[in-house]
Formats: sequence, C-alpha cells, structure tokens
Amino acid sequence: MVGAHPGRLVSAREEVLARLRAARDAGGATSPDVPREYRRTGSHPPGSAAAVARLDETLTDYRATVHRVADEDGVSAVIARVLEDAGATTFVAPPGLPARWLAEVTARVRPDAPPLPVAELDRVDAVVTGAAVAIADTGTFVLDARAPDQGRRAITLVPDHHVCVLRADAVVSSVPEALARLDPDGPLTFVSGPSATSDIELDRVEGVHGPRRLDVVLVGPR
Amino acid sequence: MTTTDLGMPTVASDPHGHLRGTETFPVAAHRALADTQLRQNLGHATRTIRAKRAAVVGEVDDWEELRRAGECLKADVMARLPELLEQLEASVTARGGVVHWARDAQEANRIVVDLVRQTGADEVVKVKSMATQETGLNEALGEAGIAALETDLAELIVQLSDDRPSHFLVPAIHRNRSEIRDIFLREMPDVDPDLTDEPRKLAMAARAHLRRKFLSATVGISGVNFAVADSGTISVVESEGNGRMCLTLPDTLITVMGVEKIVPTWSDLEVFLQLLPRSSTGERMNPYTSTWSGVTPGDGPQTFHLVLLDNGRSNVLASPDGRQALHCIRCSACLNVCPVYERAGGHAYGSIYPGPIGAVLSPQLTGISGPDDVNASLPYASSLCGACFDACPVRIDIPHLLVQQRAAAIDAHTRPTAQDVAMRAAAAAMATPGRFSLAERVVKLGRLLGRSGRIRSVPGPGAAAWFGARDMPPPPAETFREWWARTRGGS
Amino acid sequence: MRIALVATCLGDAMFPQAPRATVELLERLGHEVVFPAEQTCCGQAHVNTGYLDMALPLVRHHVDVFTGAADVVVAPSGSCVGCVRHQHAMVARRGGDEGLARAAEDLAGRTYELSELLVDVLGVTDVGAYYPHRVTYHPTCHSLRMLRVGDKPLRLLRAVRGLTLTELPDAEVCCGFGGTFAVKNAETSTAMLADKMANVLSTHAEVCTAGDTSCLMHIGGGLSRLRSGVRTVHLAEILASTEDAPRVPDAIMSEAR
Repeated sequence: MVGAHPGRLVSAREEVLARLRAARDAGGATSPDVPREYRRTGSHPPGSAAAVARLDETLTDYRATVHRVADEDGVSAVIARVLEDAGATTFVAPPGLPARWLAEVTARVRPDAPPLPVAELDRVDAVVTGAAVAIADTGTFVLDARAPDQGRRAITLVPDHHVCVLRADAVVSSVPEALARLDPDGPLTFVSGPSATSDIELDRVEGVHGPRRLDVVLVGPR
Repeated sequence: MTTTDLGMPTVASDPHGHLRGTETFPVAAHRALADTQLRQNLGHATRTIRAKRAAVVGEVDDWEELRRAGECLKADVMARLPELLEQLEASVTARGGVVHWARDAQEANRIVVDLVRQTGADEVVKVKSMATQETGLNEALGEAGIAALETDLAELIVQLSDDRPSHFLVPAIHRNRSEIRDIFLREMPDVDPDLTDEPRKLAMAARAHLRRKFLSATVGISGVNFAVADSGTISVVESEGNGRMCLTLPDTLITVMGVEKIVPTWSDLEVFLQLLPRSSTGERMNPYTSTWSGVTPGDGPQTFHLVLLDNGRSNVLASPDGRQALHCIRCSACLNVCPVYERAGGHAYGSIYPGPIGAVLSPQLTGISGPDDVNASLPYASSLCGACFDACPVRIDIPHLLVQQRAAAIDAHTRPTAQDVAMRAAAAAMATPGRFSLAERVVKLGRLLGRSGRIRSVPGPGAAAWFGARDMPPPPAETFREWWARTRGGS
Repeated sequence: MRIALVATCLGDAMFPQAPRATVELLERLGHEVVFPAEQTCCGQAHVNTGYLDMALPLVRHHVDVFTGAADVVVAPSGSCVGCVRHQHAMVARRGGDEGLARAAEDLAGRTYELSELLVDVLGVTDVGAYYPHRVTYHPTCHSLRMLRVGDKPLRLLRAVRGLTLTELPDAEVCCGFGGTFAVKNAETSTAMLADKMANVLSTHAEVCTAGDTSCLMHIGGGLSRLRSGVRTVHLAEILASTEDAPRVPDAIMSEAR
C-alpha cells in the first residue's frame, strides 16, 4: 500500500504499527497476569444425565423444541414425525449424515453433494444435521462446517426449519469446556435457539432471518 | 509534502467519521428531555433490559471472576497490541485472507470502496458494525454509487427512517413498536398494508424485505466482535441470522475492525462469550455466533478482506489509564444502567459512541481541541454515580476515566473560563482555615436571603441552574466550627 | 477510641447538624472526638470537576491536618470518604508527589464513613437511638458503589426504636446531584431528581435520610420546592436522637432555622 495515501511516504501498515508501538510504550507495556479463577469445568460432567437435563431446560427456555430419545435407534422415528408435523416434504442433509437417522423418514432428502445452489436451498423445507458440541449452561449447540454430519454453513441457514441431533457425549456444561473441544480453523456456528431479535423495545421475539423453527433431538438415557 | 512523524504518540491520527456531534451535551439533552415519546421508549427499553441482564448475571456464580479475567485479558492485549496485530495479520494471511491497514476513517472507507468496486457490485449487504458506523462507510459507498443495505433489524429501522443510531446493541432503541410499524409502512415497498405493531409481525416484515437481497448478494460487509490473534479467527455475535447471511452467502466478505478488538488465543473467548451475551441482550447466549478463519474452500465467501482501523485508537492507547476505554466489548450494559443515558438518549452524545463509555471514548479518540469542542462536554454528562462500572463486564473504571477526561477538557482551556475562575477562587478559599472561616462568614450573609426559611433564588448563572428546580436553606446561624468552639472550648 | 472528625466543608458551613450529631453520637457511645480546626475541604468538588491540579494543595492540606490527629478518622459523608479513599492518592501521583500519595493511602486506610465506623470499627448496630418517625433511606451512589457500605446504614436504622423504615423504590438509582453535574447539566439532573422525589413520595415517609449531606441538599431542595412536607435528615441525626433528647425532623430545609 506504499504511496496509496497521497502525501504520505510510509505505508499505512508501517505508520499504524509505529504509532501503536509508541503509544503502547507511552501508556505501559507490562502485561498483567490473567487470573483464571472462573470455573473452567462445568457443574455437571460431560455427557452426564444432569448435563443433558440442563440442556433440555435451557434449549426449551429459548424456544427450541426438544425431543428426548434413549438411544440412536429412536432417532429416525422422531425426525420423521417432526418433519411430518411441520409439513416438510423435502429436506437437505449434509453428506455424512448417518443413514440410520433417516431410516423411517418419508420426506424427500436432498443431499448437499454436489452443493445445492442457494435458490435450491431456499426451496427446501428443512435441514437435518448433527452437532459438534452442546453447552448445557447456555442452551447452545455448535456446528462445525467441516464435520461430515453438519455440513457447510449455508445448509443450516437458508432452510426455515432445522432439526439437530445431539448425542449425550457431545453435551458439556460450560462454555470453556465447549471451546476446548472445538477447532477454530474451520467455520463454526454457535446456535442458541431459533433466530430471534431484541431490537423492538429490547423484548425478545423469535423468528427472523435464520431458521424460525428449531427441533433438537437429544440422544441419551435420562 | 511532509514526512510522517513516526513514533510520536502525541501526533493525532487525524480521525474522521462520526465521533463528534454539532452541539454540546446539555443543548442536545434539552431537546431529548422534552420528548415525551423518546422518554417513554427509553425508559421502557432500558428497564426491560436491566431486569433481563440482572436475572442472567445472577445465574453465574463466577461472574466476578469472569469480569476480572476479562479485565486482565484486555489489559494484556493493550500491552502487546502491535505484536498481536502482526500475529493476527500473519494468521489471517496464512488462511487465505487479505489484511489491510487504515490510519483513519477516510482511508478505511477508501479501501472498502475500492474492494467493492473491484467486484463490480453496486450493492452490498451489511451486518451492524460500530466500526463502519464510526467511519461513515455507508455514505462513502453511496458517493461511489454503491448501495449499502443494513440488515440488522434496528439498523434497518434507522436506515429506512434516515435516522441516526442511538445505542450499540439496538440502534433504534429510541423507537417504539408503533413508530417502527409506521416507518415500515412508509419505506418498505412490498410491505403488507395491514401490518400490525406486534413485534413478531414486524420481524417477519423485515425478513420478507431482506430475503431476496440476502440470497442474491455478492458482497457482505461486517464488523468484528473478537479477532483471535493466534488462529486468525474472526467472530461475529448476533441474534437474527442476518449476520450469518452476510458472512456466509456472498462471494466476497469485507470485515472492518478497530485494532483493539483482538484477543490473544481461541480459549480466551471462553471468557468473553460468557460476559458479552449476558451483559448485552440479557441472554445466556445470543442465538448465533459465527467464527471463521480466513477462507474455507467450498464454504462461504472465497475472498476475505480484513481492514484494521486505527482512527484515533493509538491516541487512546498512549494514556496509561485512558486506554481502558479500548477494553470495551460494546455490550451496552453501561448505557442501559446509566440514569443520564436513560433520560437524555443516545443522540445527545453526538458521537456514534453514546452513554458512559462513549463519554470517555469519543473525546479520547478525537482529542479535545479547546473549550468550544463539543466533545469536551461529554465527560460532564454523568453524575459519577458509578452504576456503569458495576455493570461493565470487563470492569472499565468509567467514573475514573470521566474525571480524567474532565481534567483533559480543562487542560484544553486556552483562556480561563468563568468556571475556572470560580473553582480557583474556591480552591484559594479552602487553602487555609483562616480563609475558609472568612468564606463562611461571607456565606452567612446569605441568611438575609432566607428569612422565609428557604432560598428560592440568588443571582449568577450557576445559581440559576440550581434554583430552576431546587430550593436552598439559608446558611445556619452558627457554623459547625463555631458550635465546636462554643461547646467544646475550641482547639 | 479517639476519633478525628472531618466535618466536611458543606457540613461545617451549611449543614452543621450532621457533624454535630456525629459528635454527640460518638461521645454518647463513649468515644473521644477531636476536631482538628485547621481542616478545610477534602477537594472532592475540584477533583470531580476535573481540576486535579487545584485539588493537589487541598489534598496535601487534608493529609497534613489529619495524619497525626487520631488513630481513626470519620466523616459523615460517603462522597468525602470516597474522595479520600479513591482519589487523594491519584491526585498526588498525578502531581508527581509519591510521598504524599503514600501518606494519603495510609490516611485513607484509617478514614471511615459514619456507618462503616459504627458497624465495622466500633462493632455496634444498636446505638440506642429513638426516632418515632416514618423514614425512607436513599443509599447515595458513593456510599453504595465507591465505599460498598452495603446494608450497614439499614442495619443501624432498623435498630432505632420507634422508627418505621419504608423501602424506597429504585433506591440505588442516583438522585441526580453529582456535584457540578447539577449545574452543568441542570436539566438532566432535574429529570433524575424528579424520579427520585416521586419514589420518596410514594413511600409516604415523613423523612428521607442518607449518609451524605450533598445528596440530601439536592433531594431536600427539590422536596422543599414542591412544598412536599417531607424532610431530608442526615443518618447521623437520626442515630443521635434519643428518648431523653429527641430530635425533631426539621433538618436540612427548615422554616424554623
């Protein structure tokens, strides 16, 4: 960018960094020790029935619909019912979604391989995915775009109905435990309930641009 | 032609953009205080959010430990800012992003305009960003023939009504539901004419209005909540999904960040992703947080530009205490608890950074040019009640910074003001007990004014401000020290 | 215990009831109160208006006067103690006087707001007071958020015989005084005062009390202007009142003075 700014002889990069170095030295260059006295492990062990129960509460609190099943054998029936209840006749699935989750599903699957154009995604009724990790304290699950059962970001964004299957072993209590399990190199999306806004009088209402309907299938013994 | 003077923190970084209004705080507040609708809207919204924040913060038993960690993490960032930025640049570049540096608002705008032009697009979709509000990017794009479409609901309301934002989180906090309905009916071409003021219906109208734009946009523009130096990860925290749309669907993403929005490592987000949502929207977690590192083949924008903006931040960094203002994570909790903000509203601050944090950030970013600089009035727009410090998730000592900026405002006096003269006289009167007793005897003459038991007015400009709404008792017949001398024998 | 009194400039010149009551209360509890007559002002108004250079000699004078005066120092004012504790050393350091800063920190560690002195240092909550009136308590920002006195004043008030304590809605919100704020931003200040007064009036209390004369001057000045009939009375006066020597609630604004 040398010469990009008329009348200036050094690049913006050099100038900004030089200013910041001088300012930092003037204001103090000593780093404090960061006290890590906050809780880095949650109140319930990862994957525990208590953690899953808390996740059920926090998801429900922010208007996700939670369905509990004891083991993975029960997943496909729930997905089939959820899609049927929503009147969904088509849904998109990431390339690595476990086939057994869809065994009883009658709606037509649109595999995202090759990737569906955005206009196609807009015509699909729903999306079914897994998740990388879920946080019980906050009612959050995290989608890792590079995971085969979660898929690229657009497929969980454009369809208006998201069905997410969460295995108990993906459930942790706290935010620190979740971040420790995640690799930030690929795109991640933290989802806490259906899309919402607080922009009108700071009151929360659900349903804006992201999926307006969110069903979570929680897999694990109670 | 001049050469650039490197290494001098006192050289202002020539800030431009929306950091200074056109009138002083008391003048602007005068209008706001008389606006019944505004007062109702602000009172209702801030009461609502205060209660929500209190409830979710109360759930977290290690809240104070998180605040202390957040405070120290940010102090560490400031102590290492140049190095962390170079690390971020390297991390983003290694992952396929392109990093740009901007000295000031004008330069940032020019970089973004050039990048958009290179794509051939004449329209961009935007996620709400304080940095681009600060630089006035939308106006710069408009001058270049590029339409900037704000997609955050509140920002859309502001844009449609040709208004100014008045809050970090909810730029249209000064509008209530029926005003929003009226704006939509007036400004949205395809809107249902029977639109009601039910918030859910209004949100649906925004969805319908923006849907086609999202699906066809080729360029997205965003700000940053946190940028992770070691992994090159950028995060955007939002609620509606408009952020995800802008960050995911376009071919090109241009992200503008103030240089201070950096954290050293990925795991440091474990602190801020707990502090921010609970302080901001009063939620345990906001509906959507997106993170990405450079470019990911097959997913999202395949061209990613990151613009690093100084625009006065180096001025702030040079102040040992004042740099705390750069710790701000824009949660707006200090606005929501501030009794001055609640009554005067965000527009009274002039700068796009309102409220207590704005009152200490704006004058530091711009510098105070003299007694007539409107930003010199901002540090006085506080009763120093301290509610902002208690609410701040990263423990910025805003009351202390307010006092410090008041001192800076006084240092900028090029000639003594009436206030300077009065305060000097008071200091002189209090310098010795002899002079103080003399002053007390002068005060006692005020008894002549208070023969009815209260004083309703006295001459003088400051006095007029007080007596507009308050009485004053007459001075006592006997001062304390006279009483002490009489009853305790003196000393 | 030997206790040095900071009368506060406002208390000395304008509202002597509060320091007088402080003296009478502490003496009644068996302590010796000294009043260093050289004292003037802690410099709070100068500091908070931004005149840190002008405040420096005031800070130096305060430290000089009180350093040897007694083991502990008390002021019937949350904001003056707040200034001593949180701002004096800062002013000294900014003025380049590290020695003064250290002395100010030492003094600050021995300086207490009245309710702190009573509850934390002297270990009393029932001071034997009698005050048969309906009272509401405004916590004042500096006591609440700078000194963190918490519920100490309320514990003292609850132990007062005859007193009916009524809860003030939105008690923790500022009354709008803020020193020069009340003058420089008089309209915003008035808007805050209006809400504070509405809350005070909603309690139907006869008396609004607090631990800071300046806030009481503000709230009382507004209530007087409204002819509300509600009095503002310093906490020290309530605690100084006894069955033998009852004080009538006539304090800050009074036709009788």
